[in-house]
Amino acid sequence: MAHFEKAKDLHDWMNQRLAVDTLKRVLQTEYWIPKNINFLWAMGMVLAATFGILLISGIFLLMYYQPNTQLAFDSVNYTIMSEVGYGWLWRHIHGVGASVVFLIIYIHMFTGIYYGSYKKGRELIWLSGMLLFVAFSAEAFSGYMLPWGQMSYWAGMVITNLFSGGSLHADALVEWIRGDYVPGQAFLGRFFMLHVLLIPLAIIGLIVLHFGTLRIPHVNNQDGEEFDFDEAAELYKAGKVKESKVIPFSPVFLSKDVFVMGIYFIFFFYLVFYHFEFAMDPVNFDPADGLKTPTHIYPEWYFLWSYEILRPFSTNVGLIAFAIAQVIFFTLPFLDRSPNVAPASRRGLFKYWFWALLIDMIILTFMGKLPPQGIWSTVGLVAALTFMGLWIALPFITAKEKKL
Amino acid sequence: MKELKIFGIVVVFTLVLYWGVEPFAHSEMHKHVEYQNLKYNDLKPVAVKGDAAKGEALAAACVGCHSIEAKNMPAPMDALMSAQTYGVNPPDLSLAGALLDEKFFIHFLLNPAEVTKSKHFAMPPSAGSEQDAADIVAYFKSIEPKEVSPKASFAFACGRCHADRYDKWTQLGDVPKTKSNIKTGVDLDAIAFTSKLGQYQNKLADYMGKLPPDLSIIIRARSEHFLKTFIEDPQSQLPGTAMPRIGLNNEGMEKVMAYLEKTGDPSKPKREALGPWVLLFFFIFTILAYLWKKSMWKGHH
Repeated sequence: MAHFEKAKDLHDWMNQRLAVDTLKRVLQTEYWIPKNINFLWAMGMVLAATFGILLISGIFLLMYYQPNTQLAFDSVNYTIMSEVGYGWLWRHIHGVGASVVFLIIYIHMFTGIYYGSYKKGRELIWLSGMLLFVAFSAEAFSGYMLPWGQMSYWAGMVITNLFSGGSLHADALVEWIRGDYVPGQAFLGRFFMLHVLLIPLAIIGLIVLHFGTLRIPHVNNQDGEEFDFDEAAELYKAGKVKESKVIPFSPVFLSKDVFVMGIYFIFFFYLVFYHFEFAMDPVNFDPADGLKTPTHIYPEWYFLWSYEILRPFSTNVGLIAFAIAQVIFFTLPFLDRSPNVAPASRRGLFKYWFWALLIDMIILTFMGKLPPQGIWSTVGLVAALTFMGLWIALPFITAKEKKL
Repeated sequence: MKELKIFGIVVVFTLVLYWGVEPFAHSEMHKHVEYQNLKYNDLKPVAVKGDAAKGEALAAACVGCHSIEAKNMPAPMDALMSAQTYGVNPPDLSLAGALLDEKFFIHFLLNPAEVTKSKHFAMPPSAGSEQDAADIVAYFKSIEPKEVSPKASFAFACGRCHADRYDKWTQLGDVPKTKSNIKTGVDLDAIAFTSKLGQYQNKLADYMGKLPPDLSIIIRARSEHFLKTFIEDPQSQLPGTAMPRIGLNNEGMEKVMAYLEKTGDPSKPKREALGPWVLLFFFIFTILAYLWKKSMWKGHH
């Protein structure tokens, strides 16, 4: 056992037992962030804050929610919305948060793609981030089941049906997942557990991993510049803050994060109070009814692009395309053959690739919600093929890229 | 400012995305039906003037099926027996003058099935001439109360076919307050009510083709615009629906919508009260955060 001395004060007492000074230095005051960044570098902390909001609002909702097919709908729409003090506020925060968190995730992802922040030693940052994307998707989907409205029920039906694998007819697998022939009590109970325990645990673990992967390669900067962090840190500690290329995470980087968060929270709470309909689909305010299929079944907006990759093809081809779309972003660090870490604007053809991918995914998102009829089917098909084509082209156009 | 330019790009893409998945997608998914302001233009204007005194005599025939509680005239049968006889319980007529459009009401008395656009409407034509109909309507207008509550309006216009469980409303009226036996926990009165309600609902489902939906949170499941155009003319939104056109006037529509909003979206006034304070808090938070950021970054550039 280590040797302990009588502590001078509480700080000293804590320091001897928990090394709080060292922790503070390592995690905050001497955790170095490049100075050459813009507000997009705050999205990580904005995401962490949004996850915190979802967690806290979720805890309040969990106190009153009933994971029972007979009670779930009214426990959400009546008990929480009108009997629990401020229950409506927690629910709107949770619903809007679940939607907005994906907007920020996509901004965070496309920032990484634009600035090449997944390359040369930063592969694990990207991969752990993609695992977080998958975990958040599973969390969003399982949460969407819980109010047990029409869209919960039918989205659950459609998505679990995907596991039958088209011509493979793996119906036994679908039944195994549902615990029944159709979504019912077993299904709701399972997704409830996943939503409130297993997936949040995985997300928390993955967030720790994601932070960990940043430590050695360091955060990228606006120019993709590679420099000696130790040297820059020494300069900063010597008081030459203007000349140094780095800033400490706390308080300098954090002060900007908090300012960006302030602006974000104005936007967030404007949505919570005045514009929440986009995040709470009207169809889900009809109770689940296995005998009445809604006219239009569509996922929430953040899944629409991959849904549209599934839809325009025949069953088997669609499922394969869909499966590829789910994992293709994981391969980005390996399909990008260029050695350059630089913003897309300086990377020749990659610049066009970036904007084409972004616009194509927005078009896929639009088409994913529209009824698959007439011109929309054709546009959806072309956009889905373009998506595939872009990923096939990526290794070729990046291999040709000139070294900067 | 490069940073503002980047922010602008993020905002533009976000707004385009929003436009595509919300306003644009919904305009493509749902057919657009224009609200006609309850003009009932398919019915021709009524030239004759009604006489309330003559109408009172003619209205004596109404209580053969209906009640007029405002005049202490009970219905000949209770709700369940009425449903067993006609398929649905006929409404109490105390509020008919207050909530129904006058022109609609007159045409309705002459030919209920055609005017409600409901093929098997239970009520037979009930006025011999346009003058008689106008007299009856004038009578019901003469007995209309000064103030009609949203709930009474809902009960009259919707509440014999639709329940509203979040307001403990059933097709047979409010769920009665009953007590269970303290020794056994059995509540025979509640069981009896449930049984009676079940029988009523079965009859109603036979009459309408299905049990009409509970309207507790219909205000959030459908837009206000959908509900108003649907109530104005059900066939315009759902061709072939069994729901009759009920001919509300502006006051009736306003009261029914107020009731639906109260039971389906009770947090609306609370949201409106709290929202500005929360936003004000974050405005001040953001200003302070900006000042903190400025002082922290001093000398860094």
